[in-house]
Amino acid sequence: MDTWFGILQVVTLVVVLVALYRPLGDYMARIYSSTRDLAVERGFYRLIGVDPRSEQGWQSYLRSVLAFSAIGVLFVYAIQRGQAILPYSLGLPAVPEGLSFNTAISFVTNTNWQSYSPDVTMGYTVQIAGLAVQNFVSAAVGIAVAIALVRGFARRRTGTIGNFWVDLTRGVIRLLLPLSVLAAVVLIAGGVIQNFTGFTDVSTLTGGTQSIPGGPVASQEAIKLLGTNGGGFYNVNSAHPFENPTAWTNLFEIILMLAIPFSLPRTFGSIIGDRRQGYAILATMATIFVVSLTALTLFELNGAGSAPALAGGAMEGKETRFGIIGSTLFGTASTLTSTGAVNSMHDSYTALGGMMPMLNMMLGEVAPGGTGSGLYGMLILAVIAVFVAGLLVGRTPEYLGKKIGPREIKLASLYILVTPTLVLLGTALSFAVPAIKADVVATSLGNPGLHGFSEVLYAFTSAANNNGSAFAGLTANTPWFNTALGVAMLLGRFLPIVFVLALAGSLAAQDKVPATAGTLPTNRPQFVGLLLGVTVIITALTYFPVLALGPLAEGLN
Amino acid sequence: MSSPRGSLRFYWVALRAMLVFTAVLGVAYPLAITVVGQLALPTQSNGSLVAVGDNTIGSALIGQSFTDATGAALPEWFQSRPSSAGAGYDASASSGSNLGPENPALISAIGDRQRAIERSDGVSAAQIPADAVTASGSGLDPQISPANALMQVHRVATARGLTDASVRALVDASTQERDLGYLGEPTVNVLALNIALSRL
Repeated sequence: MDTWFGILQVVTLVVVLVALYRPLGDYMARIYSSTRDLAVERGFYRLIGVDPRSEQGWQSYLRSVLAFSAIGVLFVYAIQRGQAILPYSLGLPAVPEGLSFNTAISFVTNTNWQSYSPDVTMGYTVQIAGLAVQNFVSAAVGIAVAIALVRGFARRRTGTIGNFWVDLTRGVIRLLLPLSVLAAVVLIAGGVIQNFTGFTDVSTLTGGTQSIPGGPVASQEAIKLLGTNGGGFYNVNSAHPFENPTAWTNLFEIILMLAIPFSLPRTFGSIIGDRRQGYAILATMATIFVVSLTALTLFELNGAGSAPALAGGAMEGKETRFGIIGSTLFGTASTLTSTGAVNSMHDSYTALGGMMPMLNMMLGEVAPGGTGSGLYGMLILAVIAVFVAGLLVGRTPEYLGKKIGPREIKLASLYILVTPTLVLLGTALSFAVPAIKADVVATSLGNPGLHGFSEVLYAFTSAANNNGSAFAGLTANTPWFNTALGVAMLLGRFLPIVFVLALAGSLAAQDKVPATAGTLPTNRPQFVGLLLGVTVIITALTYFPVLALGPLAEGLN
Repeated sequence: MSSPRGSLRFYWVALRAMLVFTAVLGVAYPLAITVVGQLALPTQSNGSLVAVGDNTIGSALIGQSFTDATGAALPEWFQSRPSSAGAGYDASASSGSNLGPENPALISAIGDRQRAIERSDGVSAAQIPADAVTASGSGLDPQISPANALMQVHRVATARGLTDASVRALVDASTQERDLGYLGEPTVNVLALNIALSRL
């Protein structure tokens, strides 16, 4: 019976996403193809000194992305360090240097990893003027880079891939801001708070005391999810009743996370002029999503492991109002996108259940992935897939009329190598270097044995893939983790962007080759199967050994 | 590649863009939402606070402890779930336990909670619902499962000198069905139930 209600909940989600696919996807295509500027945008371009009609080559586009992000890091760092003198800081002191460094990178890279507990670390001003601003712009940067790559496929014999400042501005003003306003008001109606009153001290029913927090939560919650950011206003993120009060707000928040990433394949199809290509990408994403969701849900409903078996169900770390299926649906959506918000504590999932969020991130967050980053990640895998197919039949691979030559395949391969390198290196260093290991074991691990290893593996997987969720028993506010995870987030975000934009430039410069009888059709189920195979095999070959050391060993014990 | 001066230009544009974005997205946007929320939906915007008489005693969305000063459960009140927020239901320090499924600390905590409930409520461990012996994700879960509430009826009724039937009727009246009939789980809000109980 309960399971049927759960399935009905998933069906509702699918119906909403299907209904959004065309209008939202086409709307985004118009945003990034339009030659007209809104009056407010023209004013903005004058203020920042940019000519919206000028086009950029990939190097110039990249340097704009990097300059904007570097300024963002400095900005968020400075605002945290100055917290003591800022208004509405709840009397909180300046955020320490190491933590400010980690947090600045975390929010600029769309990761929203939180080494800290916001309840006792970040005042309102840092949250709204520092962190939430990055929630908007880092999401817009992700979409901009994806659109630049799509233009690379769509254009021919040109040196340019668009104008970063225009793409950034339109993403914020025409897409994220209006949708956030709507979403914030809906969330308030559901019970999410929006005030600046600080703590309200009350005397409870039994005569005890309780300090009820305040805060501008709804405005931040909306963009936290819509921009696949995931940084909670409170320590427990969307498990907190003030961030996610009811079962219907829970479903609404899941829709917010998935709406843009699942509609971007339509945008892609529209811009390249062949919408069936978008459906093939969408089908691949949706298949992975359904399989992963089913696995996690079955693991948690089954409730294997000593503690869940003793308690009679895997309810540790889960909220009554969401139940198990409301928790696994949220967890899957959050880790198959780059959101990383949680409405239940992944650290307390069953061993194999806890492996699923890790596996979702290890897939490269492409089903549907973060705002923009999901689409460009999947397009890179598509390039690899046509290359593999080309090897099998001995033809020069092509994708969307573009030849996939040595330069293209090198860039795609480099992209694929970045995050596994960061994840495996970071995890290995944490346990292989004696001084680091001593510190990790003594201060950071929240659980003994194999589960402790999983906490560290989860942390680096989350950071390098810019997800931000955690096995939160890990105490990450230490010099080692603040530094190493900060570096992993930075390289995990911007190295792939370098390769994607270089690829965009190289594709845009090519002419289109006409499709022949020997061209692999990339809009059919056959290609969906190939793309799925490539995605799963790359992930399995890379991560199986390390998963065997942690969650697999714990779960199969 | 262009000159260092050309490179500096990118940073100058970026800086100005960041300042404007901060003014719009970091100041104007949250203030506008606050104004809308405070005018149109003031109860929700301010935390769905609950008053008994003239006194605000908590929030409908935030769970409370129903324990004595030493933290021992008071038998005359329905009990919330175990909590890892501070010393229990500390709303300024939301937290889950984050203990893993094989962690000995969690296994023994669950066992201790089961034995305590066996003693206080006169039920066997197998009859105790999972939510009664596990800590929630937030540590502030305002709700328990209907099965958990029904389990506590006899204890509460006995401690208050009421009939089981009258208390059970209260639980039934306080049980919230799934949102829209199918989303989430049926729940009982412990604070609301205990307020109703105090009025019997």
